[in-house]
Amino acid sequence: MDFNDTPEEAAFRKEVRAWLDANATRKSDDKQSFRARNDDPNLLKKAKEWQAKKAAAGYARLTWPKEFGGRGASPILQVIYQQEEANYLVPLGFFDIGLGMCIPTMMAYASPEHLKRYVKPALHGEEIWCQLFSEPAAGSDVAGIRTRAERDGDGWVINGQKVWTSGAHYSDYGIIITRTDPSVPKHQGLTMFFLSMKTPGVEVRPIKQMSGGANFNEVFFTNVRIPDSQRLGKVGEGWKAALTTLMNERLAVGLPSGGLDVDELMELARDTDLEDGPAIKNQQVRGRIADWYVQQQGLKLTRYRTLTALSKGQTPGPESSIIKIVAAPKMQDMGAFAMELMGPAGVMKEEVPHAGGFQAQWIGGAGFRIAGGTDEILRNIVAERVLGLPADIRVDKDVPFNKLGKM
Amino acid sequence: MNFDFSDDQKLLKEQVRKFLADKCPTKVVRRVLDGNEAFADEVWKGLVELGVPATGIPEAYGGLGLSPLELCVVAEEIGRAAAPVPFDSSVVLATEALKLAGSEAQKKKWLPELAAGKAIGTLAVAEGAQPPRPRNIRTMFGGGKLNGKKVPVIDGDAATFAIVLANTGGQGDRAVSLVLVDLAQSSVKKRRVETIDPARKHAELSFDGASAELLGAEGEGWRLLERLYDAAAVYFAFAQVGGAEAAMWMARDYALQRQAFGRAIGSYQAIKHKLADCYVKLELARSNAYYGAMMLTDGGADLPLAAAAARIAATEAYDFAAKENIQTHGGIGFTWEADTQFHYRRARVMALSLGGPMAWKDKLVTRLEQKNAA
Repeated sequence: MDFNDTPEEAAFRKEVRAWLDANATRKSDDKQSFRARNDDPNLLKKAKEWQAKKAAAGYARLTWPKEFGGRGASPILQVIYQQEEANYLVPLGFFDIGLGMCIPTMMAYASPEHLKRYVKPALHGEEIWCQLFSEPAAGSDVAGIRTRAERDGDGWVINGQKVWTSGAHYSDYGIIITRTDPSVPKHQGLTMFFLSMKTPGVEVRPIKQMSGGANFNEVFFTNVRIPDSQRLGKVGEGWKAALTTLMNERLAVGLPSGGLDVDELMELARDTDLEDGPAIKNQQVRGRIADWYVQQQGLKLTRYRTLTALSKGQTPGPESSIIKIVAAPKMQDMGAFAMELMGPAGVMKEEVPHAGGFQAQWIGGAGFRIAGGTDEILRNIVAERVLGLPADIRVDKDVPFNKLGKM
Repeated sequence: MNFDFSDDQKLLKEQVRKFLADKCPTKVVRRVLDGNEAFADEVWKGLVELGVPATGIPEAYGGLGLSPLELCVVAEEIGRAAAPVPFDSSVVLATEALKLAGSEAQKKKWLPELAAGKAIGTLAVAEGAQPPRPRNIRTMFGGGKLNGKKVPVIDGDAATFAIVLANTGGQGDRAVSLVLVDLAQSSVKKRRVETIDPARKHAELSFDGASAELLGAEGEGWRLLERLYDAAAVYFAFAQVGGAEAAMWMARDYALQRQAFGRAIGSYQAIKHKLADCYVKLELARSNAYYGAMMLTDGGADLPLAAAAARIAATEAYDFAAKENIQTHGGIGFTWEADTQFHYRRARVMALSLGGPMAWKDKLVTRLEQKNAA
């Protein structure tokens, strides 16, 4: 057992490092971050420039086929590139949804002409894509969406509302799942399209989050007309297309966020005076630190097991399905615990070292437990797909969508 | 990145798994639990034939000279079967203690016997109610003679020799030494004691001027014990992972079959989420155990931290899976006839035998402080 690269991987890592050294600034320490706020217009411009550079050098999507600007490489090389890139001060995050989910869905369903038109600008950071799935009445139960698409001559007219759409406010295009037939059960009446976010009738309103940030949006559709050529997959087979998108989400191997962790908590515990001395000497505090260290290590090492499978060209096991189930509550609980160590000053955003960081985790953790699959849905997924337990009884499964709620 | 066992190691694991599935089904665990035998003799003999006790012993001492990784995969299968055999006592603790601290003569005498399954060793540390510390060890060793009482000692009555933590008169942590004692002497008395897990027999060992010899240097007992426990923690973690996985699947199988309110109880989220949590804890434990195995193999500097993390995660995973297995079974899971009790009992025995989670968490943070200071 070892954490070493194969000779091929090591050579690639060296190549990547040399390229990054020549084109970006190395972080002075691993907690340093380029990103201040997602909605800073200069940040977006810089991110687009960096993406263009990366794409020109062939590093933007290593696993994609060569015809789409990739290298047809193994997923492990993509991971190695990301590991190395994380050590440099570069703006990231704007293109993950588009390149990780939307464009792969396009590759599965769009015409060759559309692919020729859209893939390259997305890869080079010229156009950004978003994913228009969730709705106010359809979160975990995403197949329950109500946004309608109705036939109108050789096109479609879309009316409805999407919500929690990350990056819609700076996106140029989106893939959207709509209901085209409410008279059949919910999974059967869906159809997927793509559209320009500048199409008349599309209105984006940022949502201010509890954390103060505004990374996602409500998107309203009022008589939005699109041609039938922008349909992805067959009419009524939108759920199948949506699963393609979500499968691609699961292929993305998560990387450490570089946020505050056990090291900073220990630092805080060393500097905090309790009745019987420094908090780090208190057995309750030590017990909590130990638990989170075991989780932190467990997550990192579980990722290594997944990477091992990728490195050997195998399909990873289901072990990575635990990562968000553990990481999200850990973030929330550790943030709250660190604030408690600070005493009454734990509520203040100044004075106490790391206070802001731990408060951000406590606040952000509440969102992280919901985003991209709630704690509860993820446990259902583990129970059903890993342990083979039965799916929930679905009372709406065979009921026409427009009869739901009227039983 | 190569953070996995090799194909050969997986093959060995499969071999041990098949053997135990065939020769050590739960009815064998029940037989030992209900009966008077010290351990399942026929299972142990089979494991000896497979070379299990010889796995980690160097070839020069009659062993197979395999790496810790091989012993880790074997440990996982022993744990999965909850096998009633002297694996943790003899194959892990006594064998590793001899490898760690034994003189050439001691290794030459005992390791070939252990490898061939002719000797069974054990480790005798506790002396009743208090968690053992250097200052409360009353068993005395001096002038080649051992006096005192050790209880509970796992496999104490079946063991042919014991490694005993004894007071040798030094100061502080240096008050204690490891002592090797042949148990086939009239000055040694064995009395079986009842424990929560009758499938693994424990005894009280009384020494009344028994002939014994130092294992390792005088005054080094506590330091050697800590090092021994780090290695043992990794092997135990694999056994606990195996047990946790078995308990989880036992609960899952029952949840699929048992109907309530018109459907399988495994379709209710209260059960699904509980079993998903078993899986989450199991995978955290498995990943931490793998790192422990890796550090054990390379003599890695990170072993003390890795071993503590593996121990904590595996203890929690096994305890949780074992108790939620009973809960998933409902009333039938609380009967003597049900197989659920085996893992519930074994999980607790394994949790306490090297010191419980509270002690290991304290140790882990101490080691983390030392690492950060370095």
